[in-house]
This record gives sequence, C-alpha cells and structure tokens, in this order.
Amino acid sequence: MAIHFTLNGKPTTLDVNPDMPLLWALRDNLNLTGTKFGCGMALCGACTVHINGEATRSCITPVSSLAGKKVTTIEGLSPDHSHPVQRAWIEIDVPQCGYCQSGQIMSAAALLDKTPHPSDTQIDDAMSGNVCRCGTYNHIRKAIHRAAQLQAGGSESAGSGDPSALVESAANAVDALVGGAE
Amino acid sequence: MTRVTTSIDRRSLLKTGLAGATGLVVGFYLPGRPVVFADGAEPAVLNAFIHVSSDDKVTILISKSEMGQGVVTSLSMLAAEELECDWKQIRTEFAPADKAYFDPVFGMQGTGGSQSVHSGWVPMRTAGATAREMLIVAAAQKWGVDASDCHAENGRVVHTATKRSVTYGSVAEAAGKLTPPTNVKLKDPSEFKVIGKPTKRLDTPDKVCGKAMFGIDARRPGMLHASVEHCPVFGGKVASFEASKAKAIPGVKDVVPIMTGQPPVMTGLAVVADNTWTAFEGRKALEIQWDEGPDAGVTTESIFKRFEEKAQTPGVVARKEGDAASAMASAAQKVEAVYRVPYEAHATMEPMNCLADVQAERVDIWAPTQFQTPSQQISAAIGGVKPDQAFVHTTYLGGGFGRRGWSDFVTEACQVSKAMKAPVQVTWKREDDTQHDYYRPASYIKMAAGLDANGNPSVFTARVACDSIMNWFFPGSVKNGLDSSSVEGVADIAYDIPNILVDYQLVPGPVPQGFWRSVGASQNGFFSESFIDELAAAAKRDPYEYRKALLAKKPRHLGVLNLAAEKAGWGKPLPKGVYRGIAVLEAFDTYVAEVAEVSVDNDHNVKVHRMVCALDCGRVIDPSIIEQQAMGAMVFGLTQTLKGEITIDKGRVVQANFDTYEPLRMDECPKMEVYIVPSTEVPRGMGEPAVPPAAPAVCNAIFAATGKRIRKLPVRPEDLA
Repeated sequence: MAIHFTLNGKPTTLDVNPDMPLLWALRDNLNLTGTKFGCGMALCGACTVHINGEATRSCITPVSSLAGKKVTTIEGLSPDHSHPVQRAWIEIDVPQCGYCQSGQIMSAAALLDKTPHPSDTQIDDAMSGNVCRCGTYNHIRKAIHRAAQLQAGGSESAGSGDPSALVESAANAVDALVGGAE
Repeated sequence: MTRVTTSIDRRSLLKTGLAGATGLVVGFYLPGRPVVFADGAEPAVLNAFIHVSSDDKVTILISKSEMGQGVVTSLSMLAAEELECDWKQIRTEFAPADKAYFDPVFGMQGTGGSQSVHSGWVPMRTAGATAREMLIVAAAQKWGVDASDCHAENGRVVHTATKRSVTYGSVAEAAGKLTPPTNVKLKDPSEFKVIGKPTKRLDTPDKVCGKAMFGIDARRPGMLHASVEHCPVFGGKVASFEASKAKAIPGVKDVVPIMTGQPPVMTGLAVVADNTWTAFEGRKALEIQWDEGPDAGVTTESIFKRFEEKAQTPGVVARKEGDAASAMASAAQKVEAVYRVPYEAHATMEPMNCLADVQAERVDIWAPTQFQTPSQQISAAIGGVKPDQAFVHTTYLGGGFGRRGWSDFVTEACQVSKAMKAPVQVTWKREDDTQHDYYRPASYIKMAAGLDANGNPSVFTARVACDSIMNWFFPGSVKNGLDSSSVEGVADIAYDIPNILVDYQLVPGPVPQGFWRSVGASQNGFFSESFIDELAAAAKRDPYEYRKALLAKKPRHLGVLNLAAEKAGWGKPLPKGVYRGIAVLEAFDTYVAEVAEVSVDNDHNVKVHRMVCALDCGRVIDPSIIEQQAMGAMVFGLTQTLKGEITIDKGRVVQANFDTYEPLRMDECPKMEVYIVPSTEVPRGMGEPAVPPAAPAVCNAIFAATGKRIRKLPVRPEDLA
C-alpha cells in the first residue's frame, strides 16, 4: 500500500513493505544517503531525522507510520549549509570521520528549535543518544552554543546583529571553504 | 598527451593507462569511460599527486584513507605549501590503487600506524614544488623570459620585474609537457605560510550536509544489496542450510555462500535482495546448521587461564638490559603485580560494507578500506583478473581505527557480485560488526620491580602473554615468537632503570586479532604507566615528581610531562572529592602526557571531570587537527577504561550492539584541553598516540581517590567496592 508524506518539503509516495524502516526507504529507495545506518536499534542516533519537527530515529520508524507526516532529512535541513547548526559545525570544524554527524546535526537542530539557548546539561540530555566514536563531543558542545548564537542573530566574529548579513557572511565563508565547488 | 613527472609515478600511471585519460580524476578511475569537463578542458597531470586544469582547479590526489584523522586536509596543506596555489582552488580525490601511492614504510598502499603525515612530509611537498617549478618554466617560456626571473604566488606565475602574471590553469597544459625537474629545493621552515597554521578542514562542508560519500553510500545502476549471516563461532562453518524460506520473501533474489580460509570453507551465507532491509529480513528466515568446530567451548576465562599458565615460564626476550635477576635479589623493596585487559572491538560508526562490481574483464570495488593494495589483490583474485584490472575506489571511511585494514568485507562483496553477475553492496549489521571483528588482543602481564633504598627502581621485569596480531595478519610471519606489537608500550619503557627484562609468550587462540587504535600501546601503556605509579606509591613519592626524576635523560618525554602537569595545575587544590592521575608514553614516535581529574562516588561510580593532554608530535602541520585527534583519542581511551569489553562464551562474542558494547557518550565526556610542545623535529602522526595515556591517567587518579589500584579494564564499580 502506498504511503503519502512530505519529504524535505516535497510530496512523496512510498510503495514498499510498510514494515520497512524509514532509514532504508530513504537510503535504498529514495537515494537519500545522508541519513546513516549505525545500529538499527535506536541506540546510536546516526539515523536521526525530523518527523513533524521531532528528532526521530529512522531506523526503527516503519514507513507505515509516516502517512501525512512531514519528514526532514539532513539533505533537507538547508539547501546550502545555511542552517545555524551547519554554519556552526563548519566554523568549529566539528566532524572527523563525519559518519555520525548527520544525526548529530539533526538532533542539535531539533534541540535548538525547542531550546534556543541550551545549557550544557540540556545539551547532554538531548545529545547523549548520538554516539560519536571519533570523540567529537567537546567540539559538538561548543558548536551547539555557537549555533544558538547564530540562530539568535548574534555573532561576535561577524560583529553584526543583522540576520541577513550573517547569512550572507556564512554563505561566503562556506563558498570560501568549498571554493565555490560544484 | 600529458606527461607525468617524477620517477615514482611515471611507470605506474602509464601502465594503468591513466596518463592519457581525458578529464580529471574521475577519468582516471574509469579508463575507457572518461569524464570530460563541461568546457572540454584537459588537465595537466603534473605528477601522481597534483593535477592542474585549465580552469585553475588544482586536484590533489590523496593516497591515504580519510577516516577522520584529517589527511585530506593535512596532505593537501603539505602540497599547497610548495605549490603556492590558491587554497580555494584545491579539491581532492582519493587516489586509485597504484604503486605510485605506496607508503614507503609499508611497501603498499595503506593507512595506519599514525604514519600518513610522516610519510607524506617529503613526497607531498616535493610534488608541490615540482609542479610549481614546471608551471613557472611554462610561463617563462610563454613570455620568453628566464624562469629564474619569475616566481609563483597564490595560483599565479609572476614575472617579478614587470609584475605581469598568468594563472596556473593557463600554463598547465604547457607545463604538463615539460620534463620535470628532479632536484627541486624545498622551503626552509621559516618560509612556511600554510604548514603550522590552523586550517579549515576541506571535508567539513560535505560532512555537514550528508553529501560526503562513505562506502555504504556508494551506488551503481542495477545494484543489489546483500547481508551475510556469519558462523557465530570462531573457526566454525556451515554444516547444512535451507534457504527456501528466505528466498520466498518478496525482494530476496538469492542466497550465496561465502567461502573463506585455506582451503576455503563455507563460513557464511549472503542473502541478496533489492534493498538492505529485505536482505536483513531474509537472514532471519535462513535455516542453518552450524559446524561449530573445535573452539566452541572457549570462554574469556579459559583464554586468560591459558595466558596465566603460559606466563609461568619465560618467553622470548623482547628487551634485556643489565642483570635483572641479580638486581631483583638485592633490591631493598620489591613490587609485583598482574594486570589484564579484555578484547576490544573497533565499533566504527559505519559498519563494514563494500560495493563490488565483478565483470569478465575488470573488477570495481567502492570500499571504505584502509589497505588499498590487499583490497585490490583480493578483488582481482576473486574476479579472476590481473591486479591492474581491479579498480579500488576508496570512499570516505566512517571510522577506521585499524579495522578496515582487513579486507573481509571486500572478499564478501566480490564473491556475491561474481555469483550474481551484478553490482552488489554487502552491508553488515551492527551485531555482525561487533561479533566478527579483528579484536584488540586481550592481554595478561606479570610485572615486577625492585626499588633501591631511595625508592628508585633498580630493576623492572615484565612478561606479556597474549595472541599476536601479526600472526593473524600474515599467518606464520612471526618466526621467532616475538611480535613487537604485543609488547610495545612496555618493552620500550622509557624510565631510567639499569636492569630490564621483558619477555613475551605468544599464545595463539581462535579469536581474530587486529590493529586497534594505538595497537600494543593501548594495553601496554596502561600496564606500564599504572605500574610506575605503583612504584611511586611504594616509594612514597609524588607520581609526577617520580616520573620526572626517572625521565631526566628523555627530554621529549619530560617536555610533555612537565607541560601537562603545569597546565593541569598539578599539586594545586582541587574541588572536594576530585583527584588527579598522570601518565606519559611515547607511541609511534609521538610523545603524550595526560592528566585526568576524577571522582568516585559512594556507589563506586567513576566520573572523569577533566583531561589535560600535552603532546609532542614533532613539527606541527595543523594544530586544529592535532587538537581534534588528541581529544578523539582520549575519548577512545576513556571508552576502553570505563565502558567497552568484548567477552567470549561458547566460542563466540557475547556483546552485539551498542547496548552491550557501550561507547562513551556525550554526558560522560569530560572537559578536555590539548597543549602542543613546539618542535622542529620531523612531523609524526597524531591519530593514535593520545589513546594509551588515558587509561593509566584515569586509573592512577582512581588510586589517588580511593587507594584502590585498578589492574583490570574496564573499571567496574564492583571492582572499587
């Protein structure tokens, strides 16, 4: 039976075994490989996506549960690395191997959506379900605090409270980093 | 027709037909199916590591696997320092499997041993300088001026007197036709502009938007997905199986035997399906009778019992200085201890996987591999093609830590692709990954020391009993019974002790052994740096001062020890209930000291509050990557100290997923600080050396807090009761 839902802002239909976890439908059927497989049991958070804005482990979320819902994956978080969490992640250079980072970023984005200025304890509570074997935790903590600043429109380094200017400067920074690639 | 430059790359590039390919790097990956730039630009292959295209893009070929340690960035920095290119124009590609990219130390293409920056230090700068000189000559010829009157700067060749300039891209083709210089002069370090500066990682942007391609993300038209049910018992095999129920599941295409060993036996069954999840489901429906083999009764305790028995008699000598027996007999005080550590799994976040496409005339694999050369040889052998017809497309690695030096996942993908006559991606479940690893050896050690009247050690002896990694990697390779990786971190003890005897009992067993981040030092550093702490305590001396006095002749050990102690505020008051421990060790020619601040609550739970790390890795390439690696390595070290443990029962691994093989999590991660001792020594790696001191630093702090000496990892509350 076909399931209809919204994926990264676009109406999407999946006609697969309804028991199939969303993770595998994303990766193997919809070719969105940014969401990662780590454990298959909601133990590591690598597969985290947003469903109706909630950070959700896609590896245990059956496709059958998605009807009418809004799903956002790392590919849909922003079109151009411009989400405050992504900007902070680039600024702090969080990733090492990078495999868990899609999930880390999705968890952090959901946290900041509900808790714009999280304390270290709130960060621990929200992020301890996301494992990073490279051990980027200190960088993640720092980047979440930075993303909170960026999200609030404040930026010490940019020295401007104008959100549009911030977005522009971050976009330029990204361009500089990727060399205007692709 | 482009040309290649240095002697190391010419032969192999020509041999594989790469030099004539059109297009940039993708073209080299797929000879005969070249990808051409939209503008038709043909890149100049200036050497095996650097290609410059007419639109000024500089492609740096990365011969090492990027598993988080930052080689994409640090190797590019080395090349860019001499190339004088515009950093924003750099892009990188992972090099194909080819002799041009062999590591000079390993004699093959592979990544490990914290070796990448060290082995790239001269070749990558030389490649950059060679390419730069060729671009300068090409521009000078174009202008009809002397090359010595020109210089390179920020991606342009400049005629110094007139200031006129051209971009690299506009002279790249002409440069590619020149005979490369053979004796370029490398910069004096005082001229470095890139090396030593914190540099944004080149791989970060793709890693924050889901675009970085890991092995598990590789896709080919018409590909199938497979997953393998392995014999749960080491050394076991399939006795018989019934696959009809699995094959009846919609989407399951077939069930294919996996053959391993010499002679090959069926050790697993791959379920092939049109998606990964269906392959997983198919495995549940397999009915397999296992022949569990001779080791089905093995347990962790039976293994340690053998270690203990073997440790009763002398092994092969790993280090001998002075006369240990006499010194022990005349010692004023004697200290003895037995330590042990369990097997550890790598638990890379990306489970093992490989996509293989075995065709009649060629084999392609897309693999998160650390060892390209063995992967190439294995895939060629399975495909029945010559090694140069096997193309290894190295992807990003979702963690490595030594696990991906093995090619078992490549073997499986190639076997299944060959059987299916289609591209097949084999994906392991987390449980497979935990239970079919090549484990950090479990190890057992008896140590003894004699102290003189002043409490200084006059003699140190150690006997290590464990299985050998090298014997697993190259069966039969350990001829004289000594695998130096089994004793590194203890045999090379740096303290000024006149009489030393370290010997080794190689105890073979059924549990596969492998290289695990920092290898032998991961356990032996815990042993030796905890034991020296025992000696300090026996001598009633401060553990930092005790080490300091015994390292007076070791300036680099001393440098990191003193810096860590200073930055940690050694000797200064701490919050109530918090105690410090210290450890220092050299591994892979990098020196690291760590100070841990630890508390132990009434329920005996250990909390690590702060880790201070001081390191000396020679000349610094990128301090920010060094900081990342040191922090990550400390998390890895804390994990083995406080969390994970692989145990064996009924010949198989007990743990399965992250609930039973626990990683350190965010709420358990202490504050960390990293300090670098400035050095002009040749650069060494930072991927591993900060792992070993973490366990002894924490356990020495636990001793300071509780008076209880931890001699077995991981630390469990019941051991502190």
